[in-house]
Amino acid sequence: MTTQPVIRLDDVLLVSLHSDMGDEDAIRLQDDIADRVASVAPRGVLLDLSAVEIIDSFLARVVHDMAAVTATMDAVTVVVGIRPAVAITMAELGLDLGGLCTALTVDAGLRELRARDEVRDRERP
Amino acid sequence: MQDINVSVAEFLDHHGDEIVDAWQRRTFFAGRTGGDCRAVLNGVAEVVLAGRPEDPTAAGFDAIRDLLGEIAMDRIRRGETAAQTAVTLHDLKPPVVELWTSSRDGDDALPGALRLSTALDTLRLVAMELVGGESADLVEERQQLLELSTPVIRMWDGILAVPLIGTLDSARTQATMEGLLQAIVDQQARVAILDITGVSTVDTAVAQHLLRTVMAARLMGAKCVISGIRPQIAQTMVQLGIDLGDVTTRATLADALAYGLRQIGLVVAAADNH
Amino acid sequence: MSGPVSAQAIHVGSDLDIVRIRKVVREHAVAAGLSLVDQTKLVTAASELARNTLVHGGGGEVTVSTEGDERGTTIRLVFADRGPGIDDVDKALTDGFTTNSALGLGLGGARRLVHEFHIDTEPGRGTTVRIGFHAPNRRGR
Ligand SMILES: Nc1ncnc2c1ncn2[C@@H]1O[C@H](COP(=O)(O)OP(=O)(O)O)[C@@H](O)[C@H]1O
Ligand SMILES: [Mg+2]
Repeated sequence: MTTQPVIRLDDVLLVSLHSDMGDEDAIRLQDDIADRVASVAPRGVLLDLSAVEIIDSFLARVVHDMAAVTATMDAVTVVVGIRPAVAITMAELGLDLGGLCTALTVDAGLRELRARDEVRDRERP
Repeated sequence: MQDINVSVAEFLDHHGDEIVDAWQRRTFFAGRTGGDCRAVLNGVAEVVLAGRPEDPTAAGFDAIRDLLGEIAMDRIRRGETAAQTAVTLHDLKPPVVELWTSSRDGDDALPGALRLSTALDTLRLVAMELVGGESADLVEERQQLLELSTPVIRMWDGILAVPLIGTLDSARTQATMEGLLQAIVDQQARVAILDITGVSTVDTAVAQHLLRTVMAARLMGAKCVISGIRPQIAQTMVQLGIDLGDVTTRATLADALAYGLRQIGLVVAAADNH
Repeated sequence: MSGPVSAQAIHVGSDLDIVRIRKVVREHAVAAGLSLVDQTKLVTAASELARNTLVHGGGGEVTVSTEGDERGTTIRLVFADRGPGIDDVDKALTDGFTTNSALGLGLGGARRLVHEFHIDTEPGRGTTVRIGFHAPNRRGR
């Protein structure tokens, strides 16, 4: 893959996935993110799926594993931008991403990360 | 509190002259008498009073079926397409709903608006029914009307609601759900409320659609609440083996709205001065 | 019109062939006038089944065709391999069943996403999965 899908915004990594990604590209990206999280130690990772036209069980597994690996390094993953048609299809397949944190847009995802920081040890009422 | 159906029917009766006046200036009733408008209005009031605004076979609609069909056919004979006629029928709704909402600000404003909106959507179906039964065009048209007939309502900045009414079939539920999810994106909503207070029965397919919508909304980054699950429906769901386990539910639409407001960080409090 | 309007055969030998199959299926779905949601369902099912052909079947061939008759348009996909076959089809169709520590949602999920679904399989000889997706009839415009 020639494009560089991992961008650093202050203390957040923004990762944009696209639809032409093959299974092996996805696995490579997963490894790449793990390395970047280890070296940058971001507060959070935003996984932008707004350009992704389908999510099958393979990609769902990759997304889930990326988030799990990131969590072990104390960074929160927020999945953003899943399209309605993709979400409907995932629901029908039974892919729920294991309750990952989600947001509508990159902006909303950033807000979500900030809110989590502010109330880190204060639980919701 | 007075029954909402009675309130709405009385409103239509009291404001009859104003509505007839507004309707006469709409394209659909062009060249028609005030008496025709009045007859249609009476039909609408009757189905609302009977609590059957979603039912094209309700007695109130029976009384005006021929009249509506005749007006619609007449327009089409004079060169309008079925789609254009459907649009002119759609124009009948705003003046009525606006008049209602501007004259109410209590608890019944929203449920009343929903009933009026539903009744006028069904009116369109009734009017279009007689337009060339077999035309494939029309089948599609009806499908579109059906999809339009469940509105997604903006309750607050960031909070949407879909009031589902009547007997849900799988096709209509699916279309509604797709509309809701798209509206979440369009309006950047953080909370979506599925209100099923007005739903009479739920089968497995419909319940599955509801659950999948909750799941899909969650994947997209919005919270979905189901409100108004009546005891019989809760029982049916349990019998069908449908698990509402981790779905957020609230007793009423108002409770769901309060939940939604809290989710977006707003608190509703009583004002001090009363 | 009747019979296949167009048919394309695609060899499945690597993960990039799955990407190619998704593209071709999407083109057929768009040409048949499927809604965005239906396009997504069909392409997702195709992606799952093509991956099974590659991973479990050791590679094979996928055929994509669009047929039309007076009742409407149907997109048909055939996923054929000469791999180990499936011992217990019912079990393989169960959500969560996998011989691969994957998610095990592919086969059962793909069946839910499409309108027609058939599996022919024989241990030691291979597996063929056929699916069909109906497009709404668009006559009369
Ligand atoms: N083409 C095939 N050839 C052989 N076995 C298959 C094939 N497709 C599916 N299977 C079997 O069915 C099981 C379930 O398939 P699936 O639901 O796609 O789950 P997964 O691929 O995640 O394991 C697979 O683990 C495999 O054992
Ligand atoms: Mg599989």
